[in-house]
Amino acid sequence: MDKGTPSSALPTCAISLNINGTNRVLDIHPWVTLLDLLRGPMELTGTKKGCDHGQCGACTVLIDGERVNACLKLAVSIDGAEITTIEGLGTPQDMHPMQKAFVEHDAFQCGYCTAGQICSAVGLVAEGRAHSRAEIRELMSGNLCRCGAYTNIADAIEHVLDQEGVTPLREAAE
Amino acid sequence: MLNETKVVGLPLSRIDGPLKVSGSAKYAADHGGHGMLHGYAVPATVATGRIVEIETGLAERFPGVIKIYTHENRPRTAKDDDKWKDAVALPGHPFRPLENDRILYDGQPIAMVVAESFEAARDAASLVRVRYVAEEPHTDLGREQTRSYVPPQPRREEFVPPEPRGDPQGAFGDAPFKISSEYRLEGEYHNPMELFASTVLWEKDGFLTIHDKTQGSQNSRDYVCNVFGLDPEKVTVKNSFVGGAFGSGLRPKHQLFLAVMAALDLKQSVKVEMSRREMFYLTWRPATIQTVSLAADREGRLLSVMHHALQATSRYEDYQENVVNWSGLAYKCDNVRLSYGLAELDVSTPGDMRAPGAATGVTALEMAMDELAYEVGIDPVELRLRNFATRDQNQDKQFTSKALDACYREGAARFGWDGRSFAPRSMRDGNDLVGWGMATGIWEATIMPAEAKVRLSADGKAAVSAAASDIGTGTYTVLGQVAAEALGVPIDDVTVLIGDSSLPKTGVEGGSWTAASSGSAVQAASDAVRNTLLKHAKSMPNSPFGQASQDEVTLAEGRLVLDRNHQVGVSIGDIMDAAGVSFIEEHGKVAPDQEQAKKFISYTHSAVFVEVKVDEELGVPRVTRVVSAVAGGRVLNPKTARSQILGGVVMGVGMALHEEGMVDHRTGRIMNHNIAEYHMPAHADVEDIEVIFVHEEDDKVSPLGAKGLGEIGIIGVAAAVSNAIFHATGKRIRHFPITIDKILETSEEVRCS
Amino acid sequence: MRPFSYTRAETVQDAVIALAADPGAQLLASGTNLVDLMKYDVAHPTAIVDINRLPLKEIEDLPGGGLRIGALASNSAVAYDRRVQERYPLLSSAILAGASPQLRNAATTGGNLLQRTRCFYFYDPSTPCNKREPGSGCSAIGGTNRIHAILGASDKCIATHPSDMCVALAALGATVEIEGPDGRRDLAMTDFHRLPGDQPERDNTLAPGEMVTAIRLEGNHFARHHTYLKLRGRLSYAFALVSVAAAIDIADGEIVDLRVALGGVAHKPWRDTLAEAEFAGQPADEATFRGIAGRLLAAAKGQGGNDFKIPLAEKAIVRALRQAASGTPQDQVVKAVQ
Repeated sequence: MDKGTPSSALPTCAISLNINGTNRVLDIHPWVTLLDLLRGPMELTGTKKGCDHGQCGACTVLIDGERVNACLKLAVSIDGAEITTIEGLGTPQDMHPMQKAFVEHDAFQCGYCTAGQICSAVGLVAEGRAHSRAEIRELMSGNLCRCGAYTNIADAIEHVLDQEGVTPLREAAE
Repeated sequence: MLNETKVVGLPLSRIDGPLKVSGSAKYAADHGGHGMLHGYAVPATVATGRIVEIETGLAERFPGVIKIYTHENRPRTAKDDDKWKDAVALPGHPFRPLENDRILYDGQPIAMVVAESFEAARDAASLVRVRYVAEEPHTDLGREQTRSYVPPQPRREEFVPPEPRGDPQGAFGDAPFKISSEYRLEGEYHNPMELFASTVLWEKDGFLTIHDKTQGSQNSRDYVCNVFGLDPEKVTVKNSFVGGAFGSGLRPKHQLFLAVMAALDLKQSVKVEMSRREMFYLTWRPATIQTVSLAADREGRLLSVMHHALQATSRYEDYQENVVNWSGLAYKCDNVRLSYGLAELDVSTPGDMRAPGAATGVTALEMAMDELAYEVGIDPVELRLRNFATRDQNQDKQFTSKALDACYREGAARFGWDGRSFAPRSMRDGNDLVGWGMATGIWEATIMPAEAKVRLSADGKAAVSAAASDIGTGTYTVLGQVAAEALGVPIDDVTVLIGDSSLPKTGVEGGSWTAASSGSAVQAASDAVRNTLLKHAKSMPNSPFGQASQDEVTLAEGRLVLDRNHQVGVSIGDIMDAAGVSFIEEHGKVAPDQEQAKKFISYTHSAVFVEVKVDEELGVPRVTRVVSAVAGGRVLNPKTARSQILGGVVMGVGMALHEEGMVDHRTGRIMNHNIAEYHMPAHADVEDIEVIFVHEEDDKVSPLGAKGLGEIGIIGVAAAVSNAIFHATGKRIRHFPITIDKILETSEEVRCS
Repeated sequence: MRPFSYTRAETVQDAVIALAADPGAQLLASGTNLVDLMKYDVAHPTAIVDINRLPLKEIEDLPGGGLRIGALASNSAVAYDRRVQERYPLLSSAILAGASPQLRNAATTGGNLLQRTRCFYFYDPSTPCNKREPGSGCSAIGGTNRIHAILGASDKCIATHPSDMCVALAALGATVEIEGPDGRRDLAMTDFHRLPGDQPERDNTLAPGEMVTAIRLEGNHFARHHTYLKLRGRLSYAFALVSVAAAIDIADGEIVDLRVALGGVAHKPWRDTLAEAEFAGQPADEATFRGIAGRLLAAAKGQGGNDFKIPLAEKAIVRALRQAASGTPQDQVVKAVQ
């Protein structure tokens, strides 16, 4: 290639994604990750880049309802998928119960890992496999928090599980 | 005036919480949008030497690439070191990105690719080929001990160890009980979750708006203006939300320089976001080797304290911490010798990382105190109580407050310390040996000069503004609380605007001083608003205030009222109407009280109690329970304050068990430069943590009576973990992090039977 | 990352043809490891063949109580499959010891087999590494090698295979189903990965153009006495320093059949079938367990930074066999070693 060749000279692929309930048809380079697609062209910057290598969980989003690291997903490979990001869960005025619980339990400090933590926690609740404090801890270990809000995050998740009619600690004791 | 809790002191949820949990809070790299250019830096892959050749041809031909910057084509910048020195610069020569062919440390940025997209910049950067002449690197502090020196220019006078007092050597020699040990800490890396980033919005008229990851927007603004010769009126730096920093954002980082350089050169908006790998090349908590010698009489009273620390610094700056001075003031002792040296390594300049100096030095002292307790044969808490200091002997000053005894008492009670058996290896749970350890924490409590503006509108809404930063510390919320209380309005009616260099002057966010300093400035500004209201009110016909002085009125529920009778008053709307104004805005300012500082000194204290379980056969350590009891003066918001302590404890657990930069000393390169292999605590590593704030009144430390809480949470934690591991296993491990292999390979102490 | 062409395979045949046609082509399943390596500039495929649409997600019953796990079944799908939990709890446990829930949701069975080493030097293209660049040298020898191999290493490479799942599959004697230009073939899991020898660039014995389509497990007697014990730098979300998959078929206190595979210690899941056979008929007791550990580690050799792995592995093997024998497998949620 010559100097000054624009990126548009490279091949693109057409895909469609449903992002937070809206269908989007996109023409993208195949090397664009879901994370960079969300944060860049989609301007959904709530999803964060903390390592870009699947080592921190800050980019966790829900793909077809399952929590996944967006940084390691080539967007082209999930053509047709439904994506839910933090923006799709709730807004400051109309928060998702998990978002409310995070605020109430001060389950964050700097807030940078928070979108990933909340998406991960929503995924965890849907999976239905966390029935004790220890299970919450283990099943949230893919989301690092350098501010060290872990105990408050566990409190927030426990609160939501309780609200959903699951009483995690008692169940574990039985 | 603030003796009655109305808003200040309540455990309110963060006012910025809804923004943070919904992805609406914008961090440095979240700004920009379409039309931005993206920069990606290329790190050096030798630790010392010279660049012989940089081959950029392949990268330049990569589709989407706009320009590649190296030392060969970098635009001109300021020549003098002074222009490169930021507000918290160190003695020495500040690092200048792309200055010349010299490599000073592994990972030093040596080129930057600017491209149309992030992907193109990243991908082209991998095609930049560099040839170096590498020189022999020196990165192993242990091997450089013989080349240590006392820094010729102190970073701060307070960091210089005091002259020895008494006869420490003689007292040590004669004492019946003594210990002398060496403690090592490997380098730690801050790794806030947010990657360092700067988004520079370039405007045609020469104005720049820069969203920078920094702990001080004005520090970044001044640096950029000095380095590039820009008019400060035309540069605004914003850091509305900062995704953690822990000290790494105190000084401007290379991405700020590179982004501004490219924006000015290309006359376009540019964003530069670091890779996680680059986060290991910015700054670090320096590797440290310490020796502590303690001697005591038969009752455990300290007869001698000697503490020496050697720390790593870079070839170009003398980074310094207060590591050893704590040992001269933590306990009462008349024979003390403290000393501190540096050794130059081929590394990036170390920097402040949560509780710099104390996290390292107090930790060594507190491990030594535990060793002494076992030497003398008395309970570790009891040993500390017997040596309780009521005066700072280093400076011969009185403490403004010191409720550390309450920390010991309440912490021990909550932890159940009296159920502890003294002997190591005496407590078990299944396959686990159980250990209980404790340590003291100390951190300086200071305020820094700070300013703030407070505006009260006729409709009762208030706005606070200051160039302060909230790096997760709760600054937004606490400043809002102070204003709400002082102005007598609900917290929901207060808007807090911070993180903007154009707002009233504030120093960098660090050292646990923001809440006390900026909070006090907001208090002062709010008081000024009230006074102006009073002045206007007195001019009203039939004013009920007569000769009432400023101290006799207060703002409550939207009215200016007499203190002694809240029935007597006027609504703020009526006062402003009468005065013909729609709002009142006043400036507040605080600075440390120099007179008071001649006689008094302030510290925050803690006592931290830790339970560990160590698998006897496999050496797997777990921290299962922590109680941290803190004496931090007046707690402005127990909810966010507790979080600060929790965070410090977690980072302390990381320091104790996990964190370690692994350097290949053959090449001087950090090899685990990612957060899969540089371990910090994950959720599974953190079980129960309890935080207690003991009652402590202090009318001198700051106008608000608050001490800072950002650092105290981490101090002593690693020592308490190590002490607990000794109690569990009988093994003294004096080299952090305490990993499985060290537990398996260390022998039990023979003298503890 | 370098630009690449992207195609989607609609059939296994498509994928094999595309893979065989272009030496620069690589298959993309989840991408959990491949995309990571591409971003680190370690892998540079010129063509990506996306196999996510292939019908390889199923977990099917086999006659005789076995299971056939499609190569695209996610780690989570396998770990939480009721049949896997009942018949191969060791496999379920090993999978849950690895990575994180969100990585397990994405990562596939075939991809797990093909994941590459976490050696610091392999991951850093600026350093010599025989695995990444044959003939360039091994930086880990004499370097930072805390995480490296103590068994089966060569003077060309001391890297380890990072998988947990594969350790259990090796212990369980799984069979790998492979499709290639020359048709289908089966390969024993223990023969799938290889030791580095003089060709550390080859992680496994797949021929060019071949792909993994499924894993097959036979019926077994290990559902009661088994465990997966993993030791690492923190308590979750970390690669193994040492891991042990142990399974014993016990009758009247005697070992009828024994399986021990080690992770984190070699270029492949380490299993010694000869050694296992020697202990058949022995009492399932402490002395036997120590004998097994000694036998497995007889040829172990440290590299300096990882010397500790030898005594650690020895203790871990004994402990794992004890857990397996007593029918108290390690629960991956419980952080106390049981």
